[in-house]
Amino acid sequence: MNKKVLYAIFDDEEILLESVKVLRSKEIEIEEVYSPFPVHGLDVALGFKETRMAITAFIYGCIGLSFGGLLIYYIMISGVGKSWPMNIGGKPNFTFYQNFPAFVPIMFECTVLFAGHLMSLTYFFRNKLYPGATTTSPDPRTTDDKFLMEIIVEGDDNKMRKLLKRNWCF
Amino acid sequence: MHKESEIRDPLILGNKTYHDITRDIARPVEGKANKYWWILFGLSVFLFLWGIGCMAYTIGTGIGAWGLNKTVNWAWDITNFVWWIGIGHAGTLISAVLLLFRQKWRMAINRSAEAMTIFGVVQAGLFPLIHMGRPWLAYWVFPFPNEYGPLWQNFNSPLLWDVFAISTYLTVSTVFWYIGLIPDFAMIRDRMSKTISPMKKKLYTLLAFGWSGRAKHWQRFEEVSLVLAGLATPLVFSVHSIVSMDFATSVIPGWHTTIFPPYFVLGALFSGFAMVETLLIIMRKVVNMEAYITIKHIEYMNVIILFTGSLVGTAYITELFMAWYSGVAFEQYAFLNRATGPYWWAYAAMMSCNVIIPQLYWIKSIRTSFIATFILSIFVNIGMWFERFVIIVTSLHRDFLPSSWTMFSPTFIDIGIFLGTIGFFFTLFLMYARTFPVVAQAELKTILKSSGSEYKNKTHE
Repeated sequence: MNKKVLYAIFDDEEILLESVKVLRSKEIEIEEVYSPFPVHGLDVALGFKETRMAITAFIYGCIGLSFGGLLIYYIMISGVGKSWPMNIGGKPNFTFYQNFPAFVPIMFECTVLFAGHLMSLTYFFRNKLYPGATTTSPDPRTTDDKFLMEIIVEGDDNKMRKLLKRNWCF
Repeated sequence: MHKESEIRDPLILGNKTYHDITRDIARPVEGKANKYWWILFGLSVFLFLWGIGCMAYTIGTGIGAWGLNKTVNWAWDITNFVWWIGIGHAGTLISAVLLLFRQKWRMAINRSAEAMTIFGVVQAGLFPLIHMGRPWLAYWVFPFPNEYGPLWQNFNSPLLWDVFAISTYLTVSTVFWYIGLIPDFAMIRDRMSKTISPMKKKLYTLLAFGWSGRAKHWQRFEEVSLVLAGLATPLVFSVHSIVSMDFATSVIPGWHTTIFPPYFVLGALFSGFAMVETLLIIMRKVVNMEAYITIKHIEYMNVIILFTGSLVGTAYITELFMAWYSGVAFEQYAFLNRATGPYWWAYAAMMSCNVIIPQLYWIKSIRTSFIATFILSIFVNIGMWFERFVIIVTSLHRDFLPSSWTMFSPTFIDIGIFLGTIGFFFTLFLMYARTFPVVAQAELKTILKSSGSEYKNKTHE
């Protein structure tokens, strides 16, 4: 069987969304959809699973919080804190617990720092975005005003063309 | 699809299509700069260079080049620092807090507001850097394994909290900004295939990170934006709270105040929105964004300015009340001296610019006028600078020992560095306005059908 790639270009996101639903109901697999902006409900229509970006951010945030806590514990209390104890303004550091309120701001900042940056890096990594990468979109107009659907058809593609025509795309 | 009430004014004017939005946003990048841009740019670069000269002189001779003395040992440096950090707050508020509240009007202005944030924080960072005296040792503020003996940070100090807060704020804001920019850089890259020089095309290809707009990528994009907004919201409140603790954790009358964190955060949002208005009212004309940055956007911001301005006014009065109510003579004198002492004119400038003048925004015709808003935003910018000056200098200049009471006057160098940062800020912003997509066009396209004036009229019929 010879395979063919069909590109269906739409100029309205509502028609695109409708077509996706029609094709999915006929159990035709849509390879990819390129759009100039996030189309609301498209991920559901395409049957995507929920993205796990938020979960990664939570994990990275926990790592950041622990890192911040350990860093402060090492510098103020245990390691360096023992070798070079600091007593500024008569406020020595005896235990982590006693000085905890003063450590909150930096532990918070470390949480945000780690969660924000590591999630962004994960996002770049998962989307294969990096300086020097080239676009995979078959048509440059998909960043302007056109929506492109990529369908792989096996065998006769006329039926598919008719189906798409009937759904108002050109 | 998202639906919106017909009574609401449209956020995109004129009969725009998706392609029109693309073309309008890409035009300043593709076109040539006009005469006014070059005049402003020349002026900004001149100020910037003057500032560099003053900074170099300060580093060469020492902090003695400033007008500081033994009593007033903190003045314009920290005033300018807090002023710039405050200006930096509106960008994150617009892009993060308003995203969480699903305010659609933020889409036309968030890009420029965030650019302003980043450039503002860069200016703010310069002041502690210069004040260190030996800026090449600036990395000492970060904890790193070393063998210098007791060179370790004091994590109890709000100044170190500042280091962490501001570096986190700067880098996270930049990443947030850039993730939003990628689809728009891709748009410019894809337009450039025909006419633009290959060098420029290469640059935008590099900047676009190979974005192609796949459905899965957009799904992740939306989630990442939402989570970053969720992270940036407490971050923006923490940054200025921590800046306020530089003062509030000390025992100087006038600084030792528990209302400082919310008071400073509100003041920062207030001054940040004023600076956004100053910049956007000029920018919408210079790069022809009148259809996207409309009077409705300006009115929404004016309402926020009115609200935060009134709260700042409440904070000023609360401070006075608490000083009287505390029964502490030093505290009472600090505030009496602030309002009626030798710096009464600074206090009066602060009160009139921040509390009285913004009340004019109750009047609808002022709130919905570009010229009135521009003038009032300048007043707020000036007033907020004076607020920091009043807090810092008037609390210090008459300390516990009357024999060491003194006045502060800035030197040529103080003024030069401040003007230099203004020049640097505008240099960066003007370069940004010519090379970056100044409106988040991908996001804007999502509201065209619900908030575009043409579509609104159609649904009305």
